[in-house]
Amino acid sequence: MPPDASLLDYLLRLADTDLVLAQRLGEWVGKGPVVEEDIASTNVGLDLLGQARMWYGYAGEVEARIAGTGRDEDAFAFRRDAHEFRNLLLVEQPNGDYADTLARQFLFDQWHLLLLRALSASADERVAGIAAKAAKEAAYHAERSADWVIRLGDGTDVSHARMQDAIDGLWMYTGEMFTAAPAGDPLAAAGIAVDPAMLKAPWDARVSAVLAEATLARPADGWMQKGGIAGVHTEHLGRLLAEMQFLQRAYPDAKW
Amino acid sequence: MSKEWPLWEVFIRSQHGLAHKHAGSLHAPDAAMAIRNARDVYTRRNEGVSIWVVRSADIVASSPGDREALFEPAQSKVYRHPTFFPMPDEVKHI
Repeated sequence: MPPDASLLDYLLRLADTDLVLAQRLGEWVGKGPVVEEDIASTNVGLDLLGQARMWYGYAGEVEARIAGTGRDEDAFAFRRDAHEFRNLLLVEQPNGDYADTLARQFLFDQWHLLLLRALSASADERVAGIAAKAAKEAAYHAERSADWVIRLGDGTDVSHARMQDAIDGLWMYTGEMFTAAPAGDPLAAAGIAVDPAMLKAPWDARVSAVLAEATLARPADGWMQKGGIAGVHTEHLGRLLAEMQFLQRAYPDAKW
Repeated sequence: MSKEWPLWEVFIRSQHGLAHKHAGSLHAPDAAMAIRNARDVYTRRNEGVSIWVVRSADIVASSPGDREALFEPAQSKVYRHPTFFPMPDEVKHI
């Protein structure tokens, strides 16, 4: 893959992962367990949506360098089918109960923060700039979701059992976050992208520490699901997109 | 014990040098979470640089029934306002 094509693919991975998780968090609007949590979790969703917009904006410019014209953020978000999305499988998993939502957020946030901090030193100035801005938001997200995992894990018997179930159920989607870059990947070689395998050790350390404080058992690294970053998704993404894209699909270019 | 989380009053300082102002209230299980919730509920639009929270139950308020005794006596004490001093014209912003 030529460097710009790799970069476009990489930017879409980042953007799609942010967008899909933002959409999932948005599903809690008006349904949070308490109004404060409703606002807090949709705030996180809006942060991620803002980050997705920055990544899509740059992706469109990179696409224009390759093809002459580049799509805008709406075309990326609303006019692509599931197999064109490059998001992690973890973030498309359904909200489930609040423990499932927070466990998903926790596992993602700890990785996301490490990734963004590493990308802040990217050789590509635009990538570095967006990552540095996003890392500040991610730091808060990571602290908030870790705090909730500890509260629920080290809470009542019921909250402990539910949080353990949630962590156990999502664990097989965590491996994909650390899929090593293919040999000869031009982005990693140029110092533009981060080799995800480098994030594994610090992620393990942080996640293990939080789970221990939460009195939760860390699941063993067994079979890991993969495919999201290649466009092979779980059944859940199609339904999420059906809801998110309905308006633009039914009424293209609708304005109000 | 009530199953509801306790109520907290939230005070936000909008910029350095200004006092914290009452912004509203919210529910939270403890002080740390109250600060977080206050951040999300009351500072989303860049309203603040500092947050105070205090349990609503810990606030001691004057009673509306005592209003006459507490406040009416101050109404007729015009001499308590420093309006009888001639100010030189050069002094501004007073």
